[in-house]
Amino acid sequence: MAKYLLKRLFYLILTLFLIATITFFMMKLLPGTPLSNESKLSHSQIQMIYHTYGLDKPVWQQYLIYLAGMVRGNFGLSFQFDNQPVSYLLATRMPASFQLGIQAMIVGVLLGIIVGGIAAIRRNTWVDGTMTIISILMISIPSFVLAILLQYYIGLKAGAFPVAGWGNFSYTILPTIALAGSPFATTARFIRTEMVDVMSSDYIELAKAKGLTSTGVVYHHALRNSLIPLITLIGPLTVNLMTGSLVVENIFAVPGIGEQFVKSITTNDYPTIMGITMMYSVLLVVVLLITDIVYGIVDPRIRLQGGQS
Amino acid sequence: MENNDTENLIEVKNLKINFDTYAGKVKAIRDVSFHLKKGETLAIVGESGSGKSVTTRSLMGLNADNAEIAGGQIMFHGEDVLKKSEKEMQQIRGKDIAMIFQDPMTSLDPTMKIGRQIAEPLIIHNHVSKKQAMAQALEMLKLVGITDAEHRINDYPHQFSGGMRQRIVIAIALICYPEVLIADEPTTALDVTIQAQILKLMKELQEKIETSIIFITHDLGVVAGMADRIAVMYAGKIVEYGTVDEIFYNPQHPYTWGLLNSMPTLDTQSGELSAIPGTPPDLLDPPKGDAFAARNPYALKIDAEQEPPFFKVSDTHYAATWLLDPRAEKVTPPEAIAKRQAQWAKMHTDDGELVRPATPLNTADNLDDSDRE
Repeated sequence: MAKYLLKRLFYLILTLFLIATITFFMMKLLPGTPLSNESKLSHSQIQMIYHTYGLDKPVWQQYLIYLAGMVRGNFGLSFQFDNQPVSYLLATRMPASFQLGIQAMIVGVLLGIIVGGIAAIRRNTWVDGTMTIISILMISIPSFVLAILLQYYIGLKAGAFPVAGWGNFSYTILPTIALAGSPFATTARFIRTEMVDVMSSDYIELAKAKGLTSTGVVYHHALRNSLIPLITLIGPLTVNLMTGSLVVENIFAVPGIGEQFVKSITTNDYPTIMGITMMYSVLLVVVLLITDIVYGIVDPRIRLQGGQS
Repeated sequence: MENNDTENLIEVKNLKINFDTYAGKVKAIRDVSFHLKKGETLAIVGESGSGKSVTTRSLMGLNADNAEIAGGQIMFHGEDVLKKSEKEMQQIRGKDIAMIFQDPMTSLDPTMKIGRQIAEPLIIHNHVSKKQAMAQALEMLKLVGITDAEHRINDYPHQFSGGMRQRIVIAIALICYPEVLIADEPTTALDVTIQAQILKLMKELQEKIETSIIFITHDLGVVAGMADRIAVMYAGKIVEYGTVDEIFYNPQHPYTWGLLNSMPTLDTQSGELSAIPGTPPDLLDPPKGDAFAARNPYALKIDAEQEPPFFKVSDTHYAATWLLDPRAEKVTPPEAIAKRQAQWAKMHTDDGELVRPATPLNTADNLDDSDRE
């Protein structure tokens, strides 16, 4: 187990290094400069600003300086946001994004399990059909379209929840729903397929032959066996949520990381772009690592060697 | 079949089951009747699709959603099982009637410890505490011959071999001491030496637990050492039934002849096995007359027109073939069958006492016992 973890940790660091490198050079290819009013500045002024931020050095030197800083946890100062340290920006922006992400994940996955499970048990009935249509719609409609529809119909017309902004819990409801659409649909489809498969397996037949009630069969045997593979879906779902949040946070004017990320890209705020990218990457690889470990714990068949067996 | 209601544990009368499919109604079970006595083993033999499994699954109310009972009765303890609600059936399943499935590799829940899986029926039916159920599960695990049962009770199915898993499946089936055990091809997925062990185990446990067994198989060789009586099924019907000796040594139905001839015995010389020509009829539209007629070299004209009724051979032996009609011309069965019948005649010399010849079949008894798993 320790050996396995060590190996995974090594790959994790390698992955992060590659992401940092690729992002750094891709970012340098972005058109434009970080200066918002370049035309009004004289050449020497521009040179002076570039010099303070180290932008006059060759790109490879900037890269090395950046890497060295990053290893020490120093992401540099933001160009745009009042020269605050990027790490401070991340810390202040993170809670909102994190809250939305977690809420959307819980709502989406839980609803998906319930809906997918019911569809599987009532398969080939109108219940199943309706649920299939709903989940296909939720997969096909991009989260930003869903967000605008929610804003218009539920926020504006019905006035049930705030249209945009950030405050108490009610402000989080619409963005949570908009974000939850994709994880919900993915989970529902996944669980339905998984459950239909499991329900037709021999051990379910044996469970029925034991005299279990149909709820007993589902609860004791079918659910656990269909939920285990769902763990593998958590990684991709996290990615979906991250990309979704970029746009959705903008639409709802949520002071989160996604919103800041988009702003930093449009203004060539190099340190912020790098900081957020790295934070997303770390989050993702850690989620993937945790999924793999949890999978091993939950499924007795792939419990890793060296553990109790 | 002869009826003696007091003795019969299960009595199936004129059972008819159809399956609704896109192509139409598949008449899977077409008027099947049989009974099962206390403590006996009844083997139901037939090729794939003959309706063996469907028949026995209907005893437990476990048929697929598109199965439709088109008629008949299944009497168990004087009540018609077919009329029972799903809830009432759940009371019977696993407690009074239990089942062993074909493939031990897939019939255990991969994510549940085997101890829990064995104890589950007890917890549902006998309402015993979890601790007590686990203690009984441990006893049963020892009984089915799992060594080091105290430790292995906490293992998962993937930690066992196929033969061991089938022992666990048997333990699950027997934990409530059911009156009837349905074994649906319990040895088909196992290799031959393990097969013999499992059959031996089932016989031993049958005596200890005093259960009746319905043994489904397509392999007559497996049946020889196991069963008391045999029912041969073809195309959704029973075509012949009788005691093991009657079916093996005095078979009357040409289909039974075909089955026996396609099975190797110790007398068989290489290259002599014969197959039954053709394929079973399409049960979407069963043929008029005898369903076996098209594959039957001994078919009579009437076979194409009218279904044969059961003709009595002895009190326990009946066969549904027009060959037994007194008006039918006598036919000579295939050589190997004639040999068997000659043996049968010899067995019944001198005041009708049965003298069994040394069994020439590869039964559980004459397989070497030394090569245990």
